[in-house]
Formats: sequence, C-alpha cells, structure tokens
Amino acid sequence: MTNVLEAKDVSVAFGGLLAVNSVDFNIPEQSVVSLIGPNGAGKTTFFNVLTGLYKPSAGSIQFNGRDITDLPPHKIASIGIARTFQNIRLFGLMTAQENLLVAMHSHLKSGITSTILRTPKQRREELAAEAKAQEILDFVGIGKWTHEFARNLSYGDQRRLEVARALALDPKILLLDEPTAGMNPQESQVFVDFVRRLVKERDLSVMLIEHDMKVVMSVSERITVLDQGEKIAEGSPEQIKNNPRVVEAYLGKAKS
Amino acid sequence: MAKRPISNVTLSNRKWALGYTIAGALLFLIYQFLLPWNGLPDGIYRGVYQWMPPAAVNESLVYVIMALGLNIVVGYAGLLDLGYVAFWAIGGYCAGWFMSEFFYFLNIHFFGSVGLDRPGIHINFWMVLIIGGFVCALFGVLIGAPTLRLKSDYLALVTLGFGEIIPQVFFNGENFFGFNISNGTKGIVIVDPIPVGVKNLGPFDFGWKLLIFILLAAVMVFISLRLRRGRLGRAWLAIREDELAASMMGVPLMRTKLASYAVGAFAGGLGGVAFATHVNGVYAERFNFAISIFLLAMVVLGGMGNVWGVILGAFVLSWVNGTGLVAFGKTFNSQFGTNIDFASFTFLLFGLVLILMMLFRREGFLPESRLKLVLNEDELDTASEAKKAKK
Repeated sequence: MTNVLEAKDVSVAFGGLLAVNSVDFNIPEQSVVSLIGPNGAGKTTFFNVLTGLYKPSAGSIQFNGRDITDLPPHKIASIGIARTFQNIRLFGLMTAQENLLVAMHSHLKSGITSTILRTPKQRREELAAEAKAQEILDFVGIGKWTHEFARNLSYGDQRRLEVARALALDPKILLLDEPTAGMNPQESQVFVDFVRRLVKERDLSVMLIEHDMKVVMSVSERITVLDQGEKIAEGSPEQIKNNPRVVEAYLGKAKS
Repeated sequence: MAKRPISNVTLSNRKWALGYTIAGALLFLIYQFLLPWNGLPDGIYRGVYQWMPPAAVNESLVYVIMALGLNIVVGYAGLLDLGYVAFWAIGGYCAGWFMSEFFYFLNIHFFGSVGLDRPGIHINFWMVLIIGGFVCALFGVLIGAPTLRLKSDYLALVTLGFGEIIPQVFFNGENFFGFNISNGTKGIVIVDPIPVGVKNLGPFDFGWKLLIFILLAAVMVFISLRLRRGRLGRAWLAIREDELAASMMGVPLMRTKLASYAVGAFAGGLGGVAFATHVNGVYAERFNFAISIFLLAMVVLGGMGNVWGVILGAFVLSWVNGTGLVAFGKTFNSQFGTNIDFASFTFLLFGLVLILMMLFRREGFLPESRLKLVLNEDELDTASEAKKAKK
C-alpha cells in the first residue's frame, strides 16, 4: 500500500520547548490512522504542522511525492489536505452552503470581472458548485440546512458541517481533531460508521486525534502514540493496547 | 439548466435598487428642471437653497461613492482602514494631472473637452475616471502589500499612517525630488468640464453632474452586490468571520485582502475624480484625516456590509455636516432671536450620535441581516432566558 503522506523526522520547537521531537508519520491510501496521547503531547501541534500552520523546525513532509514542507496553509488545503478544528471554527454568519462554497474557493476560477459581469461561464460554475455543496451536505446528513446560518445549527450538526466543509476541498487526507468531543456513546458509534463510509465512498484517508478510546480502537487501522512530543509507540489497536510504554504514559509507572 | 430560486436577499436588494433609482431620478428632476423653472414659488426656491443646495447634494453623493468603496474594505472584508482619504487624494490628483493645464509644458489631448491649442494633458473625463480608479487600485495594492500582513489594531494604525503620508506628499508636492506634482498648497485649479456628448458640463451644471454622481454610485452598488455574491465576496466574508479557518479552507489571505483593497481603492479613485470635477480643482488641504474617520462613521452608522445602509449613512451624515446643521442653526436663531453657532457643535453632535447608536442600535441604521443576528445576540439570549425563567 502506498503512502499519500510521509512526514519524516519532523520537529517543532517553540523557543526552547520541543513540542514535537523528530516524529516519523505516514498515512497510507484509504486508511484510518489515529494519533493519541495524553494532553499536551503535541498532537494538535503535529496537525498544525501537516496543514502548514506551523513550519517544522526540522524534517520534511511529502504529500503524493511532493514536498509540502514550506507551502503556505491555503496551498496545502487546496492540493488535498483538509482539516476540522478541535473547537468548532465554522463561518458562523454564513449559511451552510456558503461555508462549503468558501472551501471550494481554490477549485473555482471566476475572477473579479467575470463575477461583476456574471458571465455564463461564471454562472455555470456557481450552479455546479452549489449542486456539489448540496451533494456533500446530503452525504453528511444535513441536507435540509443548506440555507441556515452555521451558528444556528445544533452542536452535532455544526460538527457535521465542519466535516462537510472539509470535504468540499476534495481532500485526499482528512484530519479530524477530536471529532467526537461532546458526543454521547450512541453518537460516537454513528460517527465510527460515518468515518468508515467516508473512506470507502470518498476515496480518502482519515487521520484522527481522539481521546475516546472506544472510537479509536474500533475505527483505526493504525495508532500512533505521542508523549511529550515523542513517538513512543505505533501499531495496530491490539499492539497499542498491550504496550507497556503507552500504559505508562497514560497511567504512570507501576511501583516496583 | 435548473433555475435558481430568487433568494430573499436578492428580492430586498431589488426593492432597494428600485427605491434608489426613484430617489435618484427625483433628485435629478428637481435640481435640473424644477429649480431653474421660472414659475417656481420663491419660498420653495429659497427653502431648497437653504436646506439642500445643489452643491451640497452633489458633495453628499461624492461621499456616497467613497463610503461604498470603504464598505468593501471594512464592511465586507472586515479590515479596519483609517487612511481611506489617501485614495480620495490620489483620485483627485489623477483628475488634476490628466484634465487640466497643470503640465503646461506638455500638450496631450485625448478626446478632451477643451480646445486643442490649450497646453497640458486633457484626457476625456470618462477615461480619467477609469484611469483614476485603476491608479488608486494599484496604490491600494502597493499600500496593502506590506500592511495587510498586520492584524486588526496594528493594521488600522498603519493605514492611519498612510492616510497621513499621501496627502502630506501632495501638500508638499511642489518639489517632489525636483518635480512639481501637485502645486503644493496652491492646488491645481480648474479641471476640464465633463463632456456628455452634446455639451460640456461647466461648474454650474449641478443637475447633470448630480446625475453622473448618482450613476457612479449605482455602478459601485452594482459592483459591490455582484462581488458579494460571488467567489471573492464569500472569501471576504470568511476572512471577516475567521481568518485562520479561511486560510485552512484554501483561501489565500493576502490575495483576497489585496483584492478588497484594490476594489475599495477603485471606488476611492472614482470618488476622487468626481470630487475634483465637483469643486473644479484639487486642493491638498481638503484631504485631511478627519475625512477618513468621517467616511468610517458613515459606513458604521449606516450599517456595515449593507450597501443601502452605507448610502443612507453617507448621504445623511455629509448633509448634516455640510448644510443641515448650519441651516437648522439659521432657522433656529431667526425664530428665537438667539445667536447660537450651531455649526461649531458638529463634533458634539456626531459624538452624541455615535454613543447613542452604540447604545441602542449597534448594527447601524440599515444593518446587514447577518450582522444584526450577532450584534443583538446578547439581548436575544437574555430575552429567551427571561422567558424561560417566567415559565
């Protein structure tokens, strides 16, 4: 299986603090991989490096064989790495549809003049984009909220809309930052099925940061554990469950 | 191809556009035909001249054009610009350079409205409008490129700096590295009349000029509304909402912000050229800092992000500032035999209005529907909580 993303030896330093310390990380095609670790382990920082928000102080990131280490965030997003946020960051005063259309910005072409003149080409493009937005909204199950302001949606629907917005970028990799935060067990189960459907039907890979171990264990093909910026373990859910270093990182050392 | 249903926003815009057309047509008819009519009763004639003299209406419309431009930067993209007067100045000097005898050693004519024997550069007004717009757009990009990397307050401060620098450059422009670019404090006097096919509009053709200014404002409204609904307008809104999320969704921040600066500055250029033909000259001391703030107040009080609110805000505020207060003072003084200088209360009045608006109507006269939602949210929340408590 080929990797869509290969991060090699990535380090991030904030002043003297090494938030991420030479981490290698691969995402295979059409897979679900998870990143776990105690609070402050550097998970979200690592996410931010992948999406270009932070530049790594060392190491390189390859996406589909292309070096994206130094690309600005909007370029990285437009070539196929989309994300959601730990605390929802929708465009609250825009409708669900507009939220998705913003994400399609880099795929649309109309410029200032064609928009002002509303050329047939521009109109076709807009209509096609709106149709595609509707298709994605239906896919995540909030198709009836097309023209509702994002801030008026319920919490669960806002989370779905965030995923929908990320999908509108046509990503090859979808990074989900604690997607089940605030969900009850039933909702989490629905989410697990949703992730599986995502990978199968939309031909992408999902990378999760997640605290809910039930979700992580049931959905991930591979789990990577970070602790204090370092990768301490990697493997299948079974291997991770029984790894003494992981248990130690989460629960502390057993008294000997 | 499926037809898109007409949204409420479009419908309300259509209503407003109709209203704007009717109001504009009425103003034009009044100033072009009614006022010069001999049969007009003297009282009405004097009333109009006291309360709404033609020059003041025209000037208000120049403010409308400018405020519409600033609305794109502040209202749409959410970038605080305290130096917008810079574009007014640049637009004005474009008119001064290309439509007068200022460059007396040259003799360039291009469909100008004066005789070929006149020295200087004389380019057709309509082309100068476009030139002024694009020169300003270029300067918008030049000023924006270094400054737009800053955020909120810092951006505001730097724009404030540019708003001071550019008029100062013109103010002291008699010797700009050895060139005279502005005639300094003397200003560039007499710009060419506006050619409208059959005739040239002189300084006193207020009615026709009014019509032209109304049309220019309409063009800006059209551009604003079209852009707003399109790809770029959505990106502006997204940046206003959440810059980081926008960049994570593939919106290039710098380019998008620069575009808003450029389009906003374009309107500034139109306004500047229009103003130069309105006052028949370009005077550096007219472009002061207060105008930037004044324009900002128009946008904020009128209703940020809603072109119709901005038009109303700009028209009302510039009218109050220019004639309303003075005319009111005259009437008041002659009525009650007092001797109060009402014009000197301008700032007190504006301060008061701003405070009252912030207290009771934060979203402006005619707010954008989205903004209304968020600015009144606290009250809505408390209201719904109170309801719950009652139950």
